Amino acid sequence: MAELNPTLDTSLKVSYITGRKGYLRRKLVNVLMLVLTGAVTLLALFPLFWIIGYVMAKGGQYINLDLFTQLPRPAGVAGGGVLHAIEGTLMLTLVAAVVAIPIGLLAAFYAAYHPNTPLGVGLRFGTDVLSGVPSIVVGIFAYALVVKPSGHYSLLAGGLAMAIIMLPTTIRTTEEMIKLVPTNLREGALALGAPEWKTALQVTFPAALSGILTGFMLSLARASGETAPLLFTALGNDRFDLAKLISGGVSAGQSIFNILGNILQQPVDSLALTLYKYSQDPNINRVNQSWAVAFVLMMLVLIINILARGWVEYRAAKLRG
Amino acid sequence: METALQSNQLTTLANENQRGLINSSAFTFSKEKRLPVLKTKMETKGLSIYYNKTLAVEDFSLSVPANQITAIIGPSGCGKSTLLRSLNRMTDLIPRTHVEGSVLLDGENLYAPNIDVVELRRRIGMVFQRPNPFPMSIYDNVAYGPRIYGVRNRVALDDIVETCLKQAALWDEVKHKLNQSGMAISGGQQQRLCIARALAVEPEVILMDEPAASLDPIATLKIEELMQNLKSSYTIIIVTHNMQQAARVSNFTAFMMLNDHKAGSLVEFGETAGLFTNPKHKQTQEYVTGRFG
Repeated sequence: MAELNPTLDTSLKVSYITGRKGYLRRKLVNVLMLVLTGAVTLLALFPLFWIIGYVMAKGGQYINLDLFTQLPRPAGVAGGGVLHAIEGTLMLTLVAAVVAIPIGLLAAFYAAYHPNTPLGVGLRFGTDVLSGVPSIVVGIFAYALVVKPSGHYSLLAGGLAMAIIMLPTTIRTTEEMIKLVPTNLREGALALGAPEWKTALQVTFPAALSGILTGFMLSLARASGETAPLLFTALGNDRFDLAKLISGGVSAGQSIFNILGNILQQPVDSLALTLYKYSQDPNINRVNQSWAVAFVLMMLVLIINILARGWVEYRAAKLRG
Repeated sequence: METALQSNQLTTLANENQRGLINSSAFTFSKEKRLPVLKTKMETKGLSIYYNKTLAVEDFSLSVPANQITAIIGPSGCGKSTLLRSLNRMTDLIPRTHVEGSVLLDGENLYAPNIDVVELRRRIGMVFQRPNPFPMSIYDNVAYGPRIYGVRNRVALDDIVETCLKQAALWDEVKHKLNQSGMAISGGQQQRLCIARALAVEPEVILMDEPAASLDPIATLKIEELMQNLKSSYTIIIVTHNMQQAARVSNFTAFMMLNDHKAGSLVEFGETAGLFTNPKHKQTQEYVTGRFG
């Protein structure tokens, strides 16, 4: 057959291509670029693994059960833990989530459904600006809004500052996820006679849910590692004792709202704040603990990230069946 | 040669279909015109649709007979889908869209101010080009519509789901996995699920926007068979690019094209067999013989 169609003669074709002068150079450039881009990728990953490795090496050895279950001991007394900071971080994150998620979700729905109205455009512009505001400025804002009028630092002020940090990411990721839901899904529901709000709630929201939740968790992880906005708001509190606050409130016969209100009024520590303060402490025990805290904080953020991504995979797989 | 052959095939298809119609129909025929006397289900009168200021469909008047399949054919971008969407006011969803003229369902103008859009969309269901099952189970997909209208009784819902899936010729394939995600079945099954979902709100008219465009030939065939079974209970209006499909499934065909104002307008409407074998307009003839479009 080859004789019938000389252009298909493979030996002829190979010699035609490899015979050209540029071919070797092209292959060389290809290899060179591959090596270059690969090396730069490794370089970019280097700080990440270095940080993880270094913190693990320095902090890992000071990780023990006491760290998670004990309150800080007085200066100079060995042992103790950072239970107060773990509780503080969890509560700050909870307050931030309770404030930021409903606001972010509803605002995102508005922005996704009315992108070209003045309010929609304003919201998008506003979130862009807000995400560029340094977090310490957000802290000052929460200081002026809550700390100054109330006269003291508090969990509430810290949670609020963290909520403001979370808002732009929450709104934008949620909005993007809602927009990713195919229009024809929404039309399908509307064509059945579903009103717009039911469509949004029952069809669009579930379809976007896994993405929205990832957005929430990522912004939570981001906010829980923040230090600067807490400096003027939650301040830090070595003597914070959640168990005592609760048991004290219960034995004084206070209602659950009183106890919660009281807790919200307290200045609290967070892992990031503790890390910042302990690392500057003259006491070597505290410096060592600060490495352990850094390790715990990093793991916390990492676990939230992994959970978020795992959840997305799980949801996607479930929908695929 | 090729166009002639294609045209012949279309004619044959249309003729076979026409014979089927005559054999199966219980309609009375007026002797002189050999046209069945049919009740009009939907009607557009001087319908014009604007996007912003651009005229997309101009002065469109059409009577859609009840319990028949009416196909709307025409070249890409001639406003077929826009027209179809205006029939259950899905055009309302596109901002700055403006509709003039009227669309009548059983003589009632759908664009009258006192019309309840929700109720109107229940009466006029829609099936889209790409299957769009909701991200929920097969059961919940079908039960979605009835639930909107307040059906809460589990037994009643079970009954609706089974009936509609059977009507959509999907029951036997999914009856063992009703709790599985509606997105986990094949494209053709998804499209039949969407048809079942549309049937569940007891519509009178079903609009189909290229329902088989994203399906393989076997799935397409199933949808077409399904349409034949549904037409005794529903009035079906289908938009299609595919002339063979229009010739195979429809009883009536409307051919539309861009007019001098670059707006979609009706060129010819008639019984499918007649339109394909003996088109009255030169443009129709050129289109159905594949000379353009």
